[in-house]
Amino acid sequence: MNFQGAQPCTANVTVANGRREGLTAIEGRHYGDATVTNYRRYSDNFRNQARGTLARAPVRMCGSLPEGTLMISGTKRTRIAAVSLVAVAAMGLAACSSSGNSGGSTNNSTPPPGGTSSSSGGGGSSSSPASNEPVTLTWWHNANNDPGKSAFQKVADDYHAAHPNVTFKVQPIQNEDIKTKIPIALQGTPPDIFQQWGGGALATQLQSGKIADLTSDVSSWIDQLGKSASGWAVDGKQYGVPYDYHVVGFWYRTDLFQKAGISEPPATFDDLLTDIGKLKAAGIAPISVGGKDKWPDAFYWENFVLKECPKDVITSSLDAKKMDDPCFIKAGEDLKKLLDAKPFNDGFLGTPAQQGAGSSAGLLANGKAAMELQGDWEMAVMPSLTQDKDFASKMGWFPFPSVSGGKGEPGAALGGGDGFSCSTKAPAVCADFLKYLTSAQVESDLVKANAITIPSNAGAVSAITDPTLKKVQTYLQGVTYNQLYFDQALPTNVGNAVNDAVANFFAGQGTPADIAGAAAKAASQ
Amino acid sequence: MSGGSRATLRQKEPLPDVALPAPRGLGRAKARPSLRQGAELTLLLGPALVLFVGFVLVPIGVAVYYSLYNWQGFGPLTDFIGFGNYRRALSDPVFQHAIWHNLIIAGLSLLIQLPLSIGIALLLNRKMRGRNFLRLVVFAPYVLSSAVTAVTWMLMLQPGGFIDQLFKGVGLGSWVHAWLADTHLVLYTIFLVATWQYMGFGIVLLLAGLQGIPHELREAAALDGATAWQTTRQVTLPLLGPTIRIWIFLSMIGSLQLFDLVWIMTGGGPAGASTTMATYLIDKGFRSYEFGYGSAVAVVLFVICFVFALLYQRFALRRDTAGALTRMVR
Repeated sequence: MNFQGAQPCTANVTVANGRREGLTAIEGRHYGDATVTNYRRYSDNFRNQARGTLARAPVRMCGSLPEGTLMISGTKRTRIAAVSLVAVAAMGLAACSSSGNSGGSTNNSTPPPGGTSSSSGGGGSSSSPASNEPVTLTWWHNANNDPGKSAFQKVADDYHAAHPNVTFKVQPIQNEDIKTKIPIALQGTPPDIFQQWGGGALATQLQSGKIADLTSDVSSWIDQLGKSASGWAVDGKQYGVPYDYHVVGFWYRTDLFQKAGISEPPATFDDLLTDIGKLKAAGIAPISVGGKDKWPDAFYWENFVLKECPKDVITSSLDAKKMDDPCFIKAGEDLKKLLDAKPFNDGFLGTPAQQGAGSSAGLLANGKAAMELQGDWEMAVMPSLTQDKDFASKMGWFPFPSVSGGKGEPGAALGGGDGFSCSTKAPAVCADFLKYLTSAQVESDLVKANAITIPSNAGAVSAITDPTLKKVQTYLQGVTYNQLYFDQALPTNVGNAVNDAVANFFAGQGTPADIAGAAAKAASQ
Repeated sequence: MSGGSRATLRQKEPLPDVALPAPRGLGRAKARPSLRQGAELTLLLGPALVLFVGFVLVPIGVAVYYSLYNWQGFGPLTDFIGFGNYRRALSDPVFQHAIWHNLIIAGLSLLIQLPLSIGIALLLNRKMRGRNFLRLVVFAPYVLSSAVTAVTWMLMLQPGGFIDQLFKGVGLGSWVHAWLADTHLVLYTIFLVATWQYMGFGIVLLLAGLQGIPHELREAAALDGATAWQTTRQVTLPLLGPTIRIWIFLSMIGSLQLFDLVWIMTGGGPAGASTTMATYLIDKGFRSYEFGYGSAVAVVLFVICFVFALLYQRFALRRDTAGALTRMVR
């Protein structure tokens, strides 16, 4: 049935290659999705790796097929037929993507990674500090689409103009790809500057010994990036610098709330349950969630944990990779209460987060659901998923509602951010460039260019113009702490195990204790 | 097969001269051509051998090596845990289910795809108007890459998507289900999409086999008074045997390795209901950076496929491929 290993010689290959470029949608991921068009929906890398892994079926069918039977043989007529077949297939695809209003259409514009530069390693290796000898910085970032791509290129160009001895090899890499490429590069020759999301994943990467300790270089200016910059530090040493921050909250449709007779967004969990009831009574799906991608599910549990658990319990539990405080189970019970209200869109277990009009973001953008718990990047994800040019004016935002009796800090938020690390072999100028990149001026420009949403430098905040995003930013500024998403804060395998456990719970499998125990179980393996 | 039986076989059926190294001490007259033959062999086999060793055998060996360690992909391999990864994989209910899912897909392929493919191939083998067009249509899905297929079907199968609209449009609204979100249904949905994509290839394969059956045999059967059914049953199908056996072989291997459709359409979810061995391996290896564990799963997958391939070739394909794939095996 699935003849992956056996490709007929002539027919398949070129056609498949023509397609393969863009249309490989897997999932979006939240961490890197800071920039306006950087919501990631495609991931060639897993497919390609998979192809490598799976292409072991030893039989090639080429020889055994008589020529006439394969539609695509050498004769002119059949060749025309083949061409038209491809054309028809392409049209079918186009039709699909325009009706689905997603995937395909934006995919076409996705440039191949490495449009600006092709070198992957190399880079400058002279590490004499603060000299004027020419150096080259290889820079991997995940803004492979405009506006982020040009905005980052401009940052590099401007820095080069001010420091002519520093040249850049900028390499924008698709978000899901870069997550695989960085670990592999760290086993060999890493780029000088590369995307870094901090937390437990950073701690894991430190095992490679190839990430530069920037503590002394950044000590004079890291404070202007706020306390959240500690997410890029391990054991008190700064290994990366964030250029923007994220926070998770509820995006909602003001028009649908009005229709259901809800005057203001819910402040407490009980209010939320009441509003869910009202929305259902009005025939509106209250909440959309991208259950297929698992991490949107985990946002719910993690937010309940923030409401139920004191900060020090969360911090120590994440450090110990062991969540044995009863408050974690309480969070699971809260989640159960929410699930019992059946607030989610139809078929939410198979709904992707960001792919297509039927995704959770698409449902919200098209008014098919009233709320979605997502990061600030959601405003950037939605435009391509709806034909409603005016949807932004119908969007509102409120933080995760409080839970009565919860022992968590009221001002706690769930979020993260995007940053960069330098490799140990990078020229010393790398740290200075990060200082430049995260300066108030440059970050303001990045905000104005729609390359980032919430800048890490407080001095750049005034550049935000969208009123709703301003509200989000104000909220983020007021939080007592912004807890990094658990799956990023924990080592990758442990974080994924937690996500899996929550996703299973959404599917009706497991107990609150299973979620709380998932981390310890994964950590012990 | 044991080494002993291979040795006796070799005696019984010696290799052709070409493959044997020249014995020492032979006269110059004999030595020279064998030297040339050796050079030819090196030249012709060398590159392929290097590729095969470098990109197939070595990676398998390295995967086995990694699989013995608890390794996250960074730094040296230090945490040797013996067969711990294998124990963990085989005792993980998610992986057990994944194996089971692969077997279900394989079984369904045999039960549904095979008869369907044979039927359609027999129909398309008859002389009729628009035959070439129909063959083209049947083969078309296979030309699309699996990623395109998966994305397209995923969009069509979403709640309120094309498929649901279609059912509602023809008055079958009660048939609408959460195709990809129902844990009891999702595997079968994926099987149907896989059938849509890969059946065309099977049909073309079978058509090729059908064309290899001499027309005279069916004529002779007709002259002897055989009905169309008897001709098909007694003449065509037995002669189609080799093709069907190859089809089964490819189908089983494909089913055991099923990955891209599942990965893109469901990611193995919901709650692991559509996880296959390959999606499990990628999920653990590349998503969770458990490269040691992922390698162990890959080795398990490899062993399952390899054992199946060996047994199948030994017992089913032997006649069909005699002299080719299984020269040394009797």
